[in-house]
Amino acid sequence: MQIKESSEIFDVIIVGSGAGGGMATKQLADAGLNVAVVEAGPFFDPADPKTMTQLKQPYDSPRRGAGTTRAFGEWDMSWGDWEVEGEPYTHAEGTEFKWWRARMLGGRTNHWGRISLRFGPKDFKGKTRDGHGDDWPIGYEDVKPYYDKLDKLIGVFGTNEGRENDPDGFFLPPPKPRLHELFYINGAKKSNIPVIPGRLSMLTKRINEDRGVCFYCGQCGRSCQIYADFSAGSCLIFPAQKSGGQVKLFVNAMVREITTNEEGKATGVSYINKEDRKEYKLRGKVVVLAASACSSARILLNSKSKQHPNGLGNSSNLVGRYLHDSTGASAAGIVPGLMNRKTSYNEDGVGGMHVYSPWWGDNSKLNFPRGYHIEVWGGMGQPNYGFGWDPNAMNKYFGLKSGGYGDSLRDDVKKYYGSVVGFGGRGEGLANIDNYCEIDPTTVDQFGIPVLKFNYKWSQYEKNQAKHMQDTFEEIIHNMGGHYLGEKPGKDKDYGLHKPGEIIHEVGTTRMGDDPKTSVTNKFQQLHDVNNVFIVDAGVFVSQADKNCTWTIMALSWRASDYIIEQLKSQNI
Amino acid sequence: MDRRKSLQTLILGGAAAGTGLVFNSCKTESGESIDETIATSSDKFFGRTPAELERIEKLNAEQLFNEHEMETIAALSVVILPPKEPHGGPIEAEVPALVEFMGKDIPEMAPTLLGGLMWLDHKSNTEFGTEFKSATLEQKKQICDEICWHDTEKPLSEQPLEIQFFYTMRGLTVTGYYTSKVGIADLGYKGNSPNVWDGVPQDVLDQHGVSYDPEWIAKCVDQSQRNVMAEWDEEGNLLT
Repeated sequence: MQIKESSEIFDVIIVGSGAGGGMATKQLADAGLNVAVVEAGPFFDPADPKTMTQLKQPYDSPRRGAGTTRAFGEWDMSWGDWEVEGEPYTHAEGTEFKWWRARMLGGRTNHWGRISLRFGPKDFKGKTRDGHGDDWPIGYEDVKPYYDKLDKLIGVFGTNEGRENDPDGFFLPPPKPRLHELFYINGAKKSNIPVIPGRLSMLTKRINEDRGVCFYCGQCGRSCQIYADFSAGSCLIFPAQKSGGQVKLFVNAMVREITTNEEGKATGVSYINKEDRKEYKLRGKVVVLAASACSSARILLNSKSKQHPNGLGNSSNLVGRYLHDSTGASAAGIVPGLMNRKTSYNEDGVGGMHVYSPWWGDNSKLNFPRGYHIEVWGGMGQPNYGFGWDPNAMNKYFGLKSGGYGDSLRDDVKKYYGSVVGFGGRGEGLANIDNYCEIDPTTVDQFGIPVLKFNYKWSQYEKNQAKHMQDTFEEIIHNMGGHYLGEKPGKDKDYGLHKPGEIIHEVGTTRMGDDPKTSVTNKFQQLHDVNNVFIVDAGVFVSQADKNCTWTIMALSWRASDYIIEQLKSQNI
Repeated sequence: MDRRKSLQTLILGGAAAGTGLVFNSCKTESGESIDETIATSSDKFFGRTPAELERIEKLNAEQLFNEHEMETIAALSVVILPPKEPHGGPIEAEVPALVEFMGKDIPEMAPTLLGGLMWLDHKSNTEFGTEFKSATLEQKKQICDEICWHDTEKPLSEQPLEIQFFYTMRGLTVTGYYTSKVGIADLGYKGNSPNVWDGVPQDVLDQHGVSYDPEWIAKCVDQSQRNVMAEWDEEGNLLT
């Protein structure tokens, strides 16, 4: 089969259209470069009524919102989840990793919680801090200017609190706490755990003429039709197009590999067009990978040539290594003080927590390094499939029988509605060379592209951290006068530590560093081995921090884009 | 195939963000009438991909329960959750249709439902000489009383079929009711509509014995300023 090659030579080819790819598109197109964006999924605009799930009623669907075809429920705006049809991934025996992929313009930014936390000064210097892992080749002061610009460009609410490792920024004002959050604030404070307003990228106030202001439906996971939340398509790629940038979108285009010339430099990418199932080549002066940490590693490893027999950028043998996800453990409690609520008002708020607890612990007294933050959920949310399934299961905490039928069920639904408060601990797992993804030599996807095989095990540190989370949750629930729901997971269950990958914060597969022997990219996210290939997704992270990674992906992508522009101008690449 | 077309599946700049509703909504000062177009613009769709729509069509073309079974499901559902004025009950909430759909959408549920319906008629015939749907309310309750409690210490899958069946039917009935228009009205849920969140009403704070910390609230959004463009000083203090 002949491979069809484009005649046009793009200044930059960007693979992936999520947080990192979206930001690179915006910055590079705004600088006047001719940009191709190659996305494996279809076009998506949250404002398109045909695909919109925002404000849908449960009874608009024959399954009332059940998660049969979408893992996070029928309304969640991710096309693709742990499974993507025809695109498997495999595991080394005895290890596990769950890999979330969204196949659509804007990628995973269409469905996330939009918790947008800056890394702090300590987060870039892990090894100096406690001897574990490595320091980043850059520090907070290198990223701060970009975080500042990002706050203003995208919009994030929060408050300046003067906390050392949770830096202040340019925040929009946060929404007021909801009822369960007031209970949480009181409960946490009894244990001297700090609580501050949440930091989420939704517009509680206008920042420009193109995006709407939040109307508090609580459905950011459905991607916002008035662009009041951050999604890469609506907030970066569309504006880049609108302002006259030269942006060509290639959708349903699954990148197989980066192509190279005799000198080993990148010449573009080859991709499979999912619509005609044929292979095409795009030519570009620079290739920017933003396919997500693992997908970018996969593309590099699949880009084998005479000059790069080991895969592109992989002379260190480290592509795919140091893969690490956030740690996570969860719990929920029933709080009698929140029972028998008046349903007289709309309590949706923004789609996520109005308050949270940044890390507070003193690691010198703990059996794990680093920390975690606590996310809180609860309130009178929208009923969907599953609501009222076991309507009086909570009776057992009050010495009453569970089950039965009749009008008592109706009363029980109302008695317990909005009385459950849940907690998610999201923490830093240690980067470890022995946790990695590699190419499975015997398995390909439906496009004939070799797939990833994951090798990942938590260490005792992450398990210890999960135990600390569980003990903290239990204490806060008791402080709130509540009962821990279900059985508190013990050692046999790793204290409820979620499987690697399940928190969907995977980073580290192409980490940055000054030494080409121990890192894949330099501090400007340029491959050590090939100077016209850059990585602007979370692959370059040296460590995860106890913060969600999206805000840092975007700040770094902006920084790398500035560097690309400068390097192109001075004709270094 | 046309090379340009096949090569590109191409969307050029500007074509993307073209739906008018994006830019004319949410500009109200008071926030009272945020925008009707938001709530009504997409009545005919519920956000499915072509593959998802195909699955729904396929399931709708299949039949899991025969007419008698559907009637039995309806009869049982109103025993589980009796209708109540003014919002009605499981029939108004279209619970039987949901049971039918879910039995196909989650095929693991089907044997329990089908087997349970057979058990129900067998039990009713044996005890009262009539099918369940034709039994009196008292007779129906007698049967339900035997199967409506489950051992919460033991996995459901290890309990008798009829207990699993009742548990599943109760779940489907209550969830179906409260995800319907009538059930949402009965619950009093006010969300899923554009609004301006400005905190918990005072009477609710009082009922639950909590209050807002004035220092905290001072940092929160002043909703009267929500449409005023954000500006900061050099230190990140919001000026507007």
